[in-house]
Amino acid sequence: MEYFFELLLSGLTRGSIYALIALGYTMVYGIIQLINFAHGEVYMIGAFTALIVASILTMLGWNEIAILFIASVVAVVYSMAYGYTLEKVAYKPLRHAPRLSALISAIGMSLFLQNYVLLAQTSDFMPFPSLIPDLEILEPIAHLITTPEIAIILTTAIVMVLLTFMIKFTRVGKAMRATSQDREMAMLVGVDVNRVISITFIVGSATAALGGVLIASHVGQINFYIGFIAGIKAFVAAVLGGIGSMPGAVLGSLVLGCAEAFFTGFVSSDYEDVFAFIILVVILIFRPAGILGRSDISKV
Amino acid sequence: MFGFEEIKKSFLTSLWFMFLTFPIMVIRVNTVQNIVEWRWERMFMIGIGSFFLSFLWRYLLERKELGQKKADLGEVDSIPWNRRIAREPRFYIPALIAICVFVLVFPFTFSLYQTTIMITALIYVITGLGLNIVVGLAGLLDLGYVAFYAVGAYSYALLNYHFGLGFWTVLPIGAGMGLIFGILLGFPVLRLKGDYLAIVTLGFGEIIRLVLENWNDFSFGPSGIANIPRPGLFGIQMSLHQATIYLYFVMIFLVLVTIFVVRRLQDSRIGRAWIALREDEVACQAMGIDKTWTKLSAFAMGATWAGMAGVVFAAKTTFINPASFTLWESIIILCVVVLGGMGSVIGVIFGALTLILLPEYLRAFSEYRLLIFGAVLVVMMVFRPGGIVSPERRIYQFKGTAPDKPKAEASTPG
Amino acid sequence: MEPILQVNALTMDFGGLRALDRLDLEIGQREIVALIGPNGAGKTTFFNCLTGIYPPTEGEMLIRRPDRKTKKLNGLKPNHVTEAGLARTFQNIRLFQNMTVLENVMIGRHCRTSAGIIGAIAKNKATRQEENKIVEDSYAVLEKIGLAEFVNEFAKNLPYGAQRRLEIARAMATEPFLLLLDEPAAGMNPLETRELDELIVRIRDQEGITILLIEHDMKLVMSLSDRIYVVDYGKKIAQGTPQEIKNNPAVIKAYLGEDADA
Ligand SMILES: Nc1ncnc2c1ncn2[C@@H]1O[C@H](COP(=O)(O)OP(=O)(O)OP(=O)(O)O)[C@@H](O)[C@H]1O
Ligand SMILES: [Mg+2]
Repeated sequence: MEYFFELLLSGLTRGSIYALIALGYTMVYGIIQLINFAHGEVYMIGAFTALIVASILTMLGWNEIAILFIASVVAVVYSMAYGYTLEKVAYKPLRHAPRLSALISAIGMSLFLQNYVLLAQTSDFMPFPSLIPDLEILEPIAHLITTPEIAIILTTAIVMVLLTFMIKFTRVGKAMRATSQDREMAMLVGVDVNRVISITFIVGSATAALGGVLIASHVGQINFYIGFIAGIKAFVAAVLGGIGSMPGAVLGSLVLGCAEAFFTGFVSSDYEDVFAFIILVVILIFRPAGILGRSDISKV
Repeated sequence: MFGFEEIKKSFLTSLWFMFLTFPIMVIRVNTVQNIVEWRWERMFMIGIGSFFLSFLWRYLLERKELGQKKADLGEVDSIPWNRRIAREPRFYIPALIAICVFVLVFPFTFSLYQTTIMITALIYVITGLGLNIVVGLAGLLDLGYVAFYAVGAYSYALLNYHFGLGFWTVLPIGAGMGLIFGILLGFPVLRLKGDYLAIVTLGFGEIIRLVLENWNDFSFGPSGIANIPRPGLFGIQMSLHQATIYLYFVMIFLVLVTIFVVRRLQDSRIGRAWIALREDEVACQAMGIDKTWTKLSAFAMGATWAGMAGVVFAAKTTFINPASFTLWESIIILCVVVLGGMGSVIGVIFGALTLILLPEYLRAFSEYRLLIFGAVLVVMMVFRPGGIVSPERRIYQFKGTAPDKPKAEASTPG
Repeated sequence: MEPILQVNALTMDFGGLRALDRLDLEIGQREIVALIGPNGAGKTTFFNCLTGIYPPTEGEMLIRRPDRKTKKLNGLKPNHVTEAGLARTFQNIRLFQNMTVLENVMIGRHCRTSAGIIGAIAKNKATRQEENKIVEDSYAVLEKIGLAEFVNEFAKNLPYGAQRRLEIARAMATEPFLLLLDEPAAGMNPLETRELDELIVRIRDQEGITILLIEHDMKLVMSLSDRIYVVDYGKKIAQGTPQEIKNNPAVIKAYLGEDADA
């Protein structure tokens, strides 16, 4: 039973990280119906930026909490900048091009960013300082769940609430919803669609970067390739939940995280990634609308 | 063009990119020795580079928009260069002869190493032409294409290992295995919309690779299979050099077969259906074309060539393991198709030769290969989605004026 | 009159929106029938259900051709509907823009020809003959529709009116017995509209094809149609001859009332 809970909690942690990335996929897809293949790379760049900042500050002897805070902020800012630039360079010129072109461009961007980090930094795994201290009050349950895990789950919950609030109640959120419903119409009623799209990329990148910092600090090492696998998994999660739906992305992520944890815990860890891909294939084939998505009939 | 406004724009862009690339490009931390490396010269290079590139970027964007406007106004754009050459016998006949001579003497004049590279490039020509059916003609983005390549390679390796079957026996079997896997995988996934299709094929590709990696009893896992024989020629013993030259000519032969078949397919009733499907799926179905079957046929035809190329690949390297069949391999093949021109046979050949040979010869660049491939995909899509060589699809032309006795003829430029 | 198309209580829901509400409709052989109604009434949705693009929520669609078995259209894939003899055009033109006019029509011949992959590669005599026949037949269709002059143009370079006619030509190439035209006159000038009028009558008279058309141009509808169905909010509110429809108060209220001179 204890083992079960352990797996469940590690699944939730894993799922929370997927959720932070999946939110970005789902938001972008909701707005421009594009799978932003390079989204995982933004997450990876966030993690690298945090690593660089944190390492420098550690050498300077700062205290952990301050480092965590500053590294996160810098990582988020940089990821936002990358997300924004990415859209301007690789997607905006293709807004009216066939879907296939935008998709190929996205793949190109992903390949480019991966190799950019590989060449500018290193191909090796880099050790990442553990930034989230173990709190003493959590000592009694430490065998079940660690402080970083709690921090990850909490952060995801907070981000989710904030995002929901933003989408539901702010002007930008309304503009986003309008744009995702019908871009032409939104434009006609005076929504600055370009701005909305930029903001979507920026917000999505920010949450991905948070995910990057948290997971890096939790796992303790990163390399240029982490974005790809995490990106694909998060995409699976977004699809599982129903792409375009934000609660769906979170739910899908948690389900995927737990499913993976149980699979590796009870069945086999060799086929962990295969398992995620099989979920993807099965979901897309049998219920492409996902758990919470509606199956729309596309208009002819 | 170089007004103050423009310079200001470029200047700001360059500042932005300097900021953007600052942590990743400039700083490198060594956490073991606690050293921070500051590489300021890189920031300088980024600044200068992006300053000039941003001019080029805007200039190209403008040109593209201008071209689009012209096209909208119905102004006929000039005939693409490849078609102009193809139309004039006095250009293309000498060109053709030159190419033939070059192809024939190549392995005898160039070194063993270069022949080997050329064989690799020719393998990409075949896979590129195969993928071109799927992506270029039918418009289906298949990111798991390399899986079929792996199927072919493992077919040869395993059939040879267990049953001692030779290259020429397995070549059609490999193609057949590609076909079968294409149908098996294609059937469930082809109902999906475009971008889902890309992701699911990617998933299938990775599943096959991961299974090969983990199922030790079947595939010998990550350590792979070694000592795969090269193609034989009536049991004659050949030196490495001879065997390579022989393989080179085998490849030339296979490339010719591929070109022949691909062109025939492209210019047929099925080929027309593929292109129509790419243009408009709904209209296509309303015209009585079976969407699933048409997609499946494109998918499976593409997979067949991958399977065949896989056999050649195994024979060439004599050693295979799952690491040769990663997603990036699929993307490189995609790059070959995209650079040359989706839907164009000559374009794909051109793309394969450029992308595979250039990095080999420009050693300095080989490190940047994948970086450049990524950039190529983006830049091509943004500025020239049709590729460098525009499609030389046979365009059905109706010749002859007498309405009661129409004479149908199709011109095939390119 | 024995109907060749019979639709019973056809209903189509999109989430909460009922786009078609128990619609009944019958068409007799060699009739020209018009389906009219205000914007968003569900006319295009009706075509989409008939042609297998949308799955109707409820109802029955039957074709009864003389000398053939009655066939249910429900659940057929779009291409099978076309094979069964229904062909359509689209309100928002959906030509294969980067193919030539001839090639567009040749796609229409697809479902009446059979060459497969082996034939394509071998290019044997049968395949070559079939290909030539496709070209000839397609050209013949273009001549009938009056597009022969554009035969080698790219579809995207055609004038708007000609694009609409090409949609008709492409549909004709599938050898339908029932032709569904979705706003064929939209965007046409009066001259083009008059030519279209003649063309539609000719298709019926010479080819013996039954026609169901959606149209907003009342003059065209009144002059062409043998009978008219009027829908509003997915419901049939009237049916009858042009004369009856003109004087039907419900129609005037729902539809003609908005547009005095129609
Ligand atoms: N795929 C779909 N998903 C959701 N709603 C749809 C879909 N297709 C049509 N509708 C809705 O069904 C209703 C009927 O639409 P339809 O296109 O059939 O109208 P129409 O009579 O053809 O109008 P028009 O004269 O403007 O062409 C509209 O409210 C439309 O928004
Ligand atoms: Mg309509």
